Amino acid sequence: MIEFTFWDIVRNLLLAARWTVLLSLAAFVGGALVGLAVLFFRIAKNKWVKRIASAYIALFQGTPLLMQLFLMFFGLPMLGLRIEPWTAAALGLTFFASAYLAEIWRGGVDALPRGQWDAGASLGLHHLQELRLVVLPQAFAITRAPTVGFLVQLIKSTALTSIIGFEELVRTSNAINNATFEPFKVYGLVALIFFVMCFPLTQYARRLEQRAGAR
Amino acid sequence: MGYSLDFGWLAGAAGVIARGAAMTLLLIAVTTLAGTFLSILGAAGKRNGPKPLQLAIGIYVEVMRNTPFLVQLFFIFFGLPSLGVRLDPILAAILAMTLNMAAYTIEIVGAGLDAVPRGQSEAALALGLRPRQVFIKIVLPQALKVIYPALTSQIVIMMLESAVVSQIAVRELTYEADMLQARTFRAFETYFVVTMVYLGLSMGLRRLLVGGGRRVLGAGVS
Repeated sequence: MIEFTFWDIVRNLLLAARWTVLLSLAAFVGGALVGLAVLFFRIAKNKWVKRIASAYIALFQGTPLLMQLFLMFFGLPMLGLRIEPWTAAALGLTFFASAYLAEIWRGGVDALPRGQWDAGASLGLHHLQELRLVVLPQAFAITRAPTVGFLVQLIKSTALTSIIGFEELVRTSNAINNATFEPFKVYGLVALIFFVMCFPLTQYARRLEQRAGAR
Repeated sequence: MGYSLDFGWLAGAAGVIARGAAMTLLLIAVTTLAGTFLSILGAAGKRNGPKPLQLAIGIYVEVMRNTPFLVQLFFIFFGLPSLGVRLDPILAAILAMTLNMAAYTIEIVGAGLDAVPRGQSEAALALGLRPRQVFIKIVLPQALKVIYPALTSQIVIMMLESAVVSQIAVRELTYEADMLQARTFRAFETYFVVTMVYLGLSMGLRRLLVGGGRRVLGAGVS
């Protein structure tokens, strides 16, 4: 039997935390890209396009992320795609993030005065140009705090991918716990690592919020 | 190689799914009551309590909000027994859900308390009500009305998050889905059906809470 010292545990957890960080980043970037597409549909002029985007958002916000991950993990192989925990985790979290980010940014678009669109139109910009040059920069600027807040939620959500077999922080901690029988220490350390990752972002979001409120 | 969907197993599984859904609803009902109660105490303590209590509540909120629910659950279910506290899975699940939800709702209730104008409690004190009466009868009802929509969202989010407690073998909806798919070998169909059940539950729960809130808290609750 191998003995785990305290530092062995910490070192293994920190190594696993790299995957948590990587997955969070991949899901955030992927979610932002897909979310942007959903946002375009959500604020489109066509009523049906809008409705489909709303349904997409409602679907992801109204079902557990764990179920979404399971469906990704078991559903994609049926389409003939070879799928591994990493792909299922990254794709599942990407779609999850896209729905939330699209809804956050839509709030920003809605908050802009109508005159911004009119001004863009009077300058001779067409719809896409208006979005790219006038509306979206402002919408992103005023929703920066909730976007960072969602990133925190996303980092915490990566813990669920341990259940579909992705080797991140929580799954590694389960394995270490099974070898050391020290759940109090192991899960305490895991919580600490998550806290160290999330707390600065939470504080940053709070500062952004206060600055926005002061303006 | 094609794959054809098969929902033939569904007829025999309806009872199991319903039982799982009932357990999920029970968990969220208890959590909602306990969590709201705890967060009223917490929010009041954070505003009017002694300094050390305020600090402790602040730390509690930050720790819970910046760590994953799954880790909190494992810590409570696997970690606490080493301190001599052994909980049965359902109790551990309710405890973890309540503590997690309270961390979010303490902030929400606190915002509601801050939104009630000072003049309200001053007027009540001038009428001769005791401070506790002022809080329970004057400030709290007005605060709850303001924060009710935010509270509703938090309850629905917690219900969806409760899927995780299947990991400590609480026999709720997700756990039953895991068992079903192991028996039928129809993983995708099983999770698809159960996902739709969750969607129905979350929409129904939201509607119920909004309707119930209107009745109890009066008009103007959205």
